[in-house]
Amino acid sequence: MVSKLRSKHALDELCKTILEERAKDNAKLLVTVCNGTGCRAGGSAAVIEELKHEIVSQGLTDKVNIRTTGCHGFCEAGPMFIVQPGDIFYQRLKVENMADIVRETIIGGNIIDNLLYTNPVDGATYIHQSDIPFYRGQQRIILGSNSRIDPCNIEDYIALGGYSALAKAFEQDSGQIIEEIKESELRGRGGAGFPTGVKWEATRKAYGEPKYVIVNCDEGDPGAFMDRTLMEGNPHLIIEGLIIGAYAIGTNEGIIYVRAEYPLALSNTEVALRQAEAYGLLGNDILGSGFNFHVRIHRGAGAFVSGESSAMVSAMQGEPGEPRLKYVHLAEFGLKGRPTNINNVETWANVPLIIDKGASWFNSIGTERSKGTKIFCLTGCVNNTGLVEVPMGMPLRDLIQDIGGGVPNNKKVKAVQVGGPSGGLIPEQHLHTAIDFDELSKMGAMMGSGGLIVMDEDTCVVDMAKFFVDFCCEESCGKCIAGREGLRIMREYLNEICAGEAGADAIEAIEDIAELMRDASLCALCRTAANPVITSLRYFREEYEDHIGQKRCPAKVCPSLVNYYVDPLKCNSMCDLCLSNCPSKAVQGRKFKPLWIDQEKCIKCGICSDVCSHRYKAVSKFSGEQVPSRFLRKGR
Amino acid sequence: MTNSVNLIMDGREISARQGLTILEAAQEVGIEIPTLCYHKDLNPFGACNLCSVEIQQNGSSRIVASCAYPVEPGLRVKTRSPKIDKIRRMLIEVVAPRVSQGGTLRGRLRRLADEYGANSSRFASKSTAEPLECILCGLCVRYCAEVKKMNAIGFVGRGIDRQVVLYPAKAQQCYQCKACYKVCPTGKIAVSMPKVAGDFPSEFCVDAYLSTHGTKLHKLSSLEQI
Repeated sequence: MVSKLRSKHALDELCKTILEERAKDNAKLLVTVCNGTGCRAGGSAAVIEELKHEIVSQGLTDKVNIRTTGCHGFCEAGPMFIVQPGDIFYQRLKVENMADIVRETIIGGNIIDNLLYTNPVDGATYIHQSDIPFYRGQQRIILGSNSRIDPCNIEDYIALGGYSALAKAFEQDSGQIIEEIKESELRGRGGAGFPTGVKWEATRKAYGEPKYVIVNCDEGDPGAFMDRTLMEGNPHLIIEGLIIGAYAIGTNEGIIYVRAEYPLALSNTEVALRQAEAYGLLGNDILGSGFNFHVRIHRGAGAFVSGESSAMVSAMQGEPGEPRLKYVHLAEFGLKGRPTNINNVETWANVPLIIDKGASWFNSIGTERSKGTKIFCLTGCVNNTGLVEVPMGMPLRDLIQDIGGGVPNNKKVKAVQVGGPSGGLIPEQHLHTAIDFDELSKMGAMMGSGGLIVMDEDTCVVDMAKFFVDFCCEESCGKCIAGREGLRIMREYLNEICAGEAGADAIEAIEDIAELMRDASLCALCRTAANPVITSLRYFREEYEDHIGQKRCPAKVCPSLVNYYVDPLKCNSMCDLCLSNCPSKAVQGRKFKPLWIDQEKCIKCGICSDVCSHRYKAVSKFSGEQVPSRFLRKGR
Repeated sequence: MTNSVNLIMDGREISARQGLTILEAAQEVGIEIPTLCYHKDLNPFGACNLCSVEIQQNGSSRIVASCAYPVEPGLRVKTRSPKIDKIRRMLIEVVAPRVSQGGTLRGRLRRLADEYGANSSRFASKSTAEPLECILCGLCVRYCAEVKKMNAIGFVGRGIDRQVVLYPAKAQQCYQCKACYKVCPTGKIAVSMPKVAGDFPSEFCVDAYLSTHGTKLHKLSSLEQI
């Protein structure tokens, strides 16, 4: 049982003791294994188990330490770990590699080349994590410590200087802290980009007791997992930020809203809260300052719309997670009618850094109106998928080409979807756009919470817009007419366009509905839900017109507008992969003759094309164009 | 406590009590703003947004729901403008397929459609909603909860699957109350509610159902769809 820390001095002493003890341990090797959700899905648990087993069986337990950490960000290359000293980064690990690693690297001190990261673009291999292009272009002020901390061990966090920002905050009065945050020009990372300091001040000045501070960890965009990674990998950073915020705003009650679909984030946060309390960093008289603060976790039941702040408040009160009109702000009338301050996980995570290093350090990073860094989830058609943290102002192209490593299979970028279902599509010719709240809004997209989906030339923008509208149809609340009926009718139009059944009035109708949703929806979810449709219409209008007028899907994606044919010149005639894999028995033919596809039976699943593409590429797709006569069965 | 606020509405300088909403202030001076989900005894809900108005503040103009926006000194409000008329026209057009299959409107909605030039059958073939004759304004739900304090009727489902249902455990009292019959703007409730007291799903039914069917709550067919 540790004794509670009752002063800044005690915290400093503890940090010193931990560092001294660890320095003594320096003779030991340290293996830091990523155990984030991405690597877990890749089998990291079995890898860790095998590594431990191998170390025990070789009698190395007193020579090697294993630290399981949160997500390192490079999910494409998981499971992964770093061996210290030497800073050797091994990736795409399997259970069977462990014996080799223990024998070669841990005992022998040699590097195993084929487990190092090889750049798919130029074939170069890298030993150190920080040299890899994916990491080199980033500025990981928040995420950086993820790979050095065991989230279930508060001492790892304290050893890195954790909670010293809190101790520093207690030496100032609340007004100074709010001034510092305002001066840093930190803007909310949840999407809208509202100045955090202004929000804090409004909550502080609002009349009513008790006040509440809330962490919004109800992330739900398709392909976005920034909040999850931070909450799982470094919960103390968020807790420290929350305590500083609570002290500045003047409240004793905090709530962390985590969606129940994030079990690891929930359990790591629970452990972190217990440990912080045991060390006297939460509870009564924190660090001897006289300030009391208690935090509890609220489990969300998994609704995208509950990430909207007023819907979150309703959900916490036991009501359905539905937004309300916010003409009276939450800062004045929030949870239980009391002043409430809700910030996103990433926003809270920035707070200790600002207090520790100062507002001027923070606002030296970034652009004129967007300061600091932003975490993005790089997904889609890109070589290096994962979590990246870049300074504001970086052009999207650098992010995709340098950090993301470009598009696989030498294809071209067609567009990127920035900001999830509320964001918009930015086409290739505008990829010079800087990552900046206002620049992205100008393009019709938005920062959103930071989803970034890269699309290659084989993506149909209408199909993509339909995907996001489908998502909102199910994940919105359905309270307001403009949002609910607008989405329903827009989805029907998009379905018709993709099926080649739409009339000439479809684009005008979609634009009318999009305008209605923007102007007359209840909350930001539906006000922005049409953004993917509006931006794809703005930049790729001719694709919509092709679908409608010529019944042609230029990217050859929409099943109703695509036909599959076998090219007799390419078909090997001996292989029957397409024939045996066709679920509707549409592929037909006799031995030693090129096969052909019965168009009446074809359900356009594309399996024939997929299985053939690895070898002969004999199955071709046609959409709305004349099929050359050799593809037709007649005359064969 | 009679602090009053001066504001300009449709070019007229008017004075309104502090704490009133734009809609209430307009009603006091006889300016008509159409609504579907507003009721004087209930809290603002924000479902229909038919009451949208344009306000001008610090040189910039924005659209707000007048049923919830509190009056402010010096506020300039426009209750009609091409922009507002288009919003109202579109709202009626998108909600019409919910009211009837071909988009045929009656009563107040018909009058509003005529006033704003809405083509009520424009999206008739595009709305896959069942013609429930329910526009989900929530008046019945809120009247039952806020005025009657009964909570016998409520919403289930999310997004485009949202519906109004009777909660069986409370519905026994509905036959005596019937307050929601009067607030329903389409008359749907009066049509679809059981006609005899005994037909209302009761607490007993639910218990009996659960004891014979285990706890498969999702199969609770006695959740009566309105």
